[in-house]
Amino acid sequence: MNRRSVEVLISFLLFVPGTLLHYTGHPSLSLAILLAAYAAAGYTVAVAAARSLRYGMILDENFLTIIASAGAFLIGAGVEGVAVMLFFSVGVLFEQAAVQKSRQSISELVEMQPVSVRVIRDDREYEIPPEDVVVGDYYSVLPGERIPIDGTVVSGTSSLDMKALTGESLPKDAGTGDSVLSGSINLSGSLTLKADKVYSDSTVARVLELVEESGAKKSESEKFITMFARYYTPAVVIAAISVALIPVLAFGLPADVWVYRALVMLVISCPCALVISVPLTFFCGVGRASRSGILINGGAVMDRLAFADTVIMDKTGTVTMGTFNLTGIYPNGVSEEELVRYAAMSEYKSDHPISRAIIDYYGDAVDASLIGESRNIPGKGIITEVDGKTIHTGNAGLMKEIGIESVTAEGDVTNIHVAIDGVYAGRITISDTPKFDSAVAIEELEMMGVNEIVMLTGDTAASAERIAEIVGVEKFHSELLPEDKLRKLEDYLDGSRKTLLYVGDGINDAPSIARADVGIAMGGIGSDSAVEAADVVIMNDSLCKIPEAIQISRDTRKIAYQNIVFSLSVKFLALGLAVLGLAGMWFAIFADVGVSAIAILNGIRAYGFNKEFSCSAPNPVCQ
Amino acid sequence: MKFTYRLEGLHCGNCGGKIEREISKIKEVESVSVIFMSQRLIINADEAHIDKIEDEARKIIKKIASDAVMSGR
Repeated sequence: MNRRSVEVLISFLLFVPGTLLHYTGHPSLSLAILLAAYAAAGYTVAVAAARSLRYGMILDENFLTIIASAGAFLIGAGVEGVAVMLFFSVGVLFEQAAVQKSRQSISELVEMQPVSVRVIRDDREYEIPPEDVVVGDYYSVLPGERIPIDGTVVSGTSSLDMKALTGESLPKDAGTGDSVLSGSINLSGSLTLKADKVYSDSTVARVLELVEESGAKKSESEKFITMFARYYTPAVVIAAISVALIPVLAFGLPADVWVYRALVMLVISCPCALVISVPLTFFCGVGRASRSGILINGGAVMDRLAFADTVIMDKTGTVTMGTFNLTGIYPNGVSEEELVRYAAMSEYKSDHPISRAIIDYYGDAVDASLIGESRNIPGKGIITEVDGKTIHTGNAGLMKEIGIESVTAEGDVTNIHVAIDGVYAGRITISDTPKFDSAVAIEELEMMGVNEIVMLTGDTAASAERIAEIVGVEKFHSELLPEDKLRKLEDYLDGSRKTLLYVGDGINDAPSIARADVGIAMGGIGSDSAVEAADVVIMNDSLCKIPEAIQISRDTRKIAYQNIVFSLSVKFLALGLAVLGLAGMWFAIFADVGVSAIAILNGIRAYGFNKEFSCSAPNPVCQ
Repeated sequence: MKFTYRLEGLHCGNCGGKIEREISKIKEVESVSVIFMSQRLIINADEAHIDKIEDEARKIIKKIASDAVMSGR
């Protein structure tokens, strides 16, 4: 218990007997005890008030509290005077505790902050501050510890708990060569890692910075409150002075009655409840989102997210997994196995995602000694010497070049044709698959009132149509070059829509992310350009996080509005009743401290303690 | 350039707004933001003027919220 709490407790312990004595007819003893109670709670407030006065700030809340309470004493309302001081002090303590508490409630994030890193230099381990680690340093992480800096596993295998980063509770395996993100917890084995980034560029530092600085982008309601607070106190003080003077001087009404009314008004002159509860609400809302792996960059973004009516998303990597899979093998005169083997060997030297898909499917080790010269024909395919045979692997155009006309092909997938020594050997089909939750996420968005969902892709119309059909997107634009995507997006920004969200992986669509009303970067905090341009960063790959982000924004804003409406209504009601003489000090204390407490407790709800969001659309389509 | 400071001991929400308003009046400050909840002060300004701005900001903070301490950059 700190000094201030002790003072307030002593004040309270004196206040109770002082009040009882007052009402049982012991005026002088009561007054003595009440003055002691007043001094106990009021000393610190008086010191603060004196300091404010020295700087010429007469509208300071401490000073106004002194005036209101001391004034009450002077006109013979000692019990109320102490009550004002005492409950004002309790209120301030409560506010501080509540703010502290909600600061801690994002402690899952604060805990991620590493204190030191065990680096290995010259075969020895040193504990150094994370800021001193340079790229290329080796460092070790024991089971149970958090990864302090983004790195690549050099030795050891383990599984990682990434819940604090992505909200994903399933552990992820990590072995030699895998890159790991700081902030995840090493669950099982010791790992030796090599630093890929310095601390300030690592995931954990970026997440912390994003959450802590998100408050800089203030919501409309926060701006309103700041504005309101600026004029509220001076206005109430002027009104109180008028109430104290005009009826007495101009109409000769009794001074004690009107001064009392003015003092009651001063008790309600602080806008504290609002000024604290509204930013607190948004802070808790941002905390709730980040707990779920969604980094929302401030209340201003929540304002826009809540009114999303159009969502434009990139296909590859956002709606789909972005990895290609082999979906069909159609041999012609050779066995399936042979077709795949020749295709895999001829594509062996290429890193194209399609080549990787074929090689991965083939699975067996490729005997590289059998592979001769390989020639890439841009836009057509590859010609490779394999085991003394010439293998052509590519599209219909490549087949045509060697005289194989009119090959069959499916329209909605990528067809890879294979010819062995100029003889057609069949085709392999490759396609990208939607993420398992894309369809549900899109249905959920529609249920939330997003009335236009558009998919953009560089792929062919046929393959875009196939994906659109599976996930339930009605509108798409295909065969777009990267720069066309931005132009398409701008077509939708014609002012006829309320709020347009753009969702992309952030790697090559940073301009679109920056241009949209709300730019959302998916799949982690890895890409610098994306994070800088994005308003929302989704740490994992789930499209369901988009409706969740909208839901969190709506919940948070609702709570902020409740606080504003409730606090303002009670305050104005109390002010009005005070002028009419219908509200006494006690009601004013409630309107000040009580309302503060209620608004703050309500604001903390934005953290959504028990709320788990899941896309609730029926019949999830699993792909 | 963006400079971020900690504002420890900032207890009064209203003071945050006042500090923000006062610091924004310093000529060399391009933009300023006080984040009450995470106790941060973010100043955007030319690096050449930041020492002077820092001194003035400290004075403003002392005047408005004497308990608050500005630290770090």
